[in-house]
Amino acid sequence: MTDQAIEIEGLVKHFGDVRALDGVDLLAEQGQVLGLLGPNGAGKTTLVRVLATLIKPDAGTARVLDFDVQHDAAALREQIGLAGQYAAVDENLTGLENLTMVGRLYGEPRRSAKARGMELLERFDLLDAASRPTKTYSGGMRRRLDLAAALVARPPVLFLDEPTTGLDPRSRLSLWAVIEGLVAEGTTVLLTTQYLEEADRLADTIAVIDHGRLIAEGTSDQLKDRLGGERLEVRLEDGADPHLAVAVLSAMADEPATVEDGLVRLSVRERHGVIAEAVRRLSDADLGVEDLALRRPTLDDVFLALTGHVAEEHADQEEEQAA
Amino acid sequence: MRRLVTDTLIIAERNLLRLPRAPELLIGFTIQPIMFVLLFRYVFGGAIQTPGYSYVDYLIPGIIVQNTAFGGFATALGLNEDVRKGLIDRFRSLPMSRAAVLGGRTLSDIATNTLSITILLITGVIIGFSFQTSFPEAIAGVGLLLLFGYSFSWFLAFIGLLAKSSETVNSIGFIAVFPLTFISSAFVPVESMPAGLRAFAEVNPFTIIVDAIRHLWLGAPAGNNVWGSIVWSLVIIAVFAPLAVARYRRAAGR
Repeated sequence: MTDQAIEIEGLVKHFGDVRALDGVDLLAEQGQVLGLLGPNGAGKTTLVRVLATLIKPDAGTARVLDFDVQHDAAALREQIGLAGQYAAVDENLTGLENLTMVGRLYGEPRRSAKARGMELLERFDLLDAASRPTKTYSGGMRRRLDLAAALVARPPVLFLDEPTTGLDPRSRLSLWAVIEGLVAEGTTVLLTTQYLEEADRLADTIAVIDHGRLIAEGTSDQLKDRLGGERLEVRLEDGADPHLAVAVLSAMADEPATVEDGLVRLSVRERHGVIAEAVRRLSDADLGVEDLALRRPTLDDVFLALTGHVAEEHADQEEEQAA
Repeated sequence: MRRLVTDTLIIAERNLLRLPRAPELLIGFTIQPIMFVLLFRYVFGGAIQTPGYSYVDYLIPGIIVQNTAFGGFATALGLNEDVRKGLIDRFRSLPMSRAAVLGGRTLSDIATNTLSITILLITGVIIGFSFQTSFPEAIAGVGLLLLFGYSFSWFLAFIGLLAKSSETVNSIGFIAVFPLTFISSAFVPVESMPAGLRAFAEVNPFTIIVDAIRHLWLGAPAGNNVWGSIVWSLVIIAVFAPLAVARYRRAAGR
């Protein structure tokens, strides 16, 4: 038994002509949160479905807690919980009936399945809605119930496929707190997301995936460091010529500055003295500055640098259509 | 094996629990067939000649067979919804019996069919239907209906898993199943049909099962109808259960 919770090697999955997974290698240690970050259609959901024993890979191997997803699927199912982006609860059953059903399908007697259901409903702040059909639940409540259903058997490994997609900010924050609580208890979590902020906040390690390939892996800081240094952002006063600003600032860095919507951006190696020098150069050129700031690159910058396109948070292409 | 039985029962219980909360389906099982019984009995009944029987006696076995076939739509629509909404994924990620989702679905159809057969028989008796046979024969007829309905559930399970949407399920039902039940002895004697249609109606399994029920409830000539119905039901299960299971594996493994 290794201390790796998830070991993936050379995983390939086709849907017709589409290579949803194109040779993915990935490791996740026990007790960690691995964030799988990528736009819609990148292959995140396919990867989760392979790990959750829902589909078989065409090539490569995947082991979860040392159980092979193909050969030990039945035993593996005892160890995992899955919560998907489409809250998979029965709309016509109440919250408690849903959780009791899942518990009984894990082989629990009715009475203890019900007790466990009540415990989870209390934990997820759903006790008041316990005996209401879930079709009356809000989006956030459904996601919490879906997550509760994944936790019925206290699985040591949890797969969360875009757990907060489509949720309002408040529900998202409350779901994040719940996930952080689970991690604190030692659950290994594989989380897919297209929200950079979410990966940044929850994940210990982030794997960036695009077109079925792993294009980068590391902690959030490591990924940001790969972009090298800090970002200087300058917003000029109205009437100041941004191209002149680009000309005077570019000498400060290896790469020329860029300008977009009147915002001048520059990657700098060193933080030290940058602001003072920029202000001096801009005022020598007689350019009025409205705002000027140094900031660490965000995961958005990382994504843009790695893939050549911005993370499509509202991409129209659904991953499912590739299936 | 024990797992298969308990998981099947859990899924069947789930389907029955949700039934009263999805009233449109319950109306389909109860109000709609009563309406058809009344329409046929009072609107068409007077114009249809059924030698040897009053029209209400002739009609009730036919319309109950039709209704029993449609009982499987709960399976078709339910499975279709479970696939679309991701519930099948949840079931497949659980350490439960693989066969229980389909088994539980079709099993709950037996319960809903029992309910709608009862409702239609009561309606029938109120408007003049009466059994001409012994109690055991009448019960045997109900049993045969449930077997036939069960086999049809497997056909409809396959359809439900094949279809992309619930609208497709409905149109397949109406385009394929409706005419099949009408081109049979369910509502009119096949002798009254044009030659080609009549030839089809005579070999239509719906004619065989309807005539079998008329034998068991009204004492009509038995022929090979009872055995024929049993064989047809078993053949439909033998063909469509494996197809539905294969399709279930694929639909879930998208």
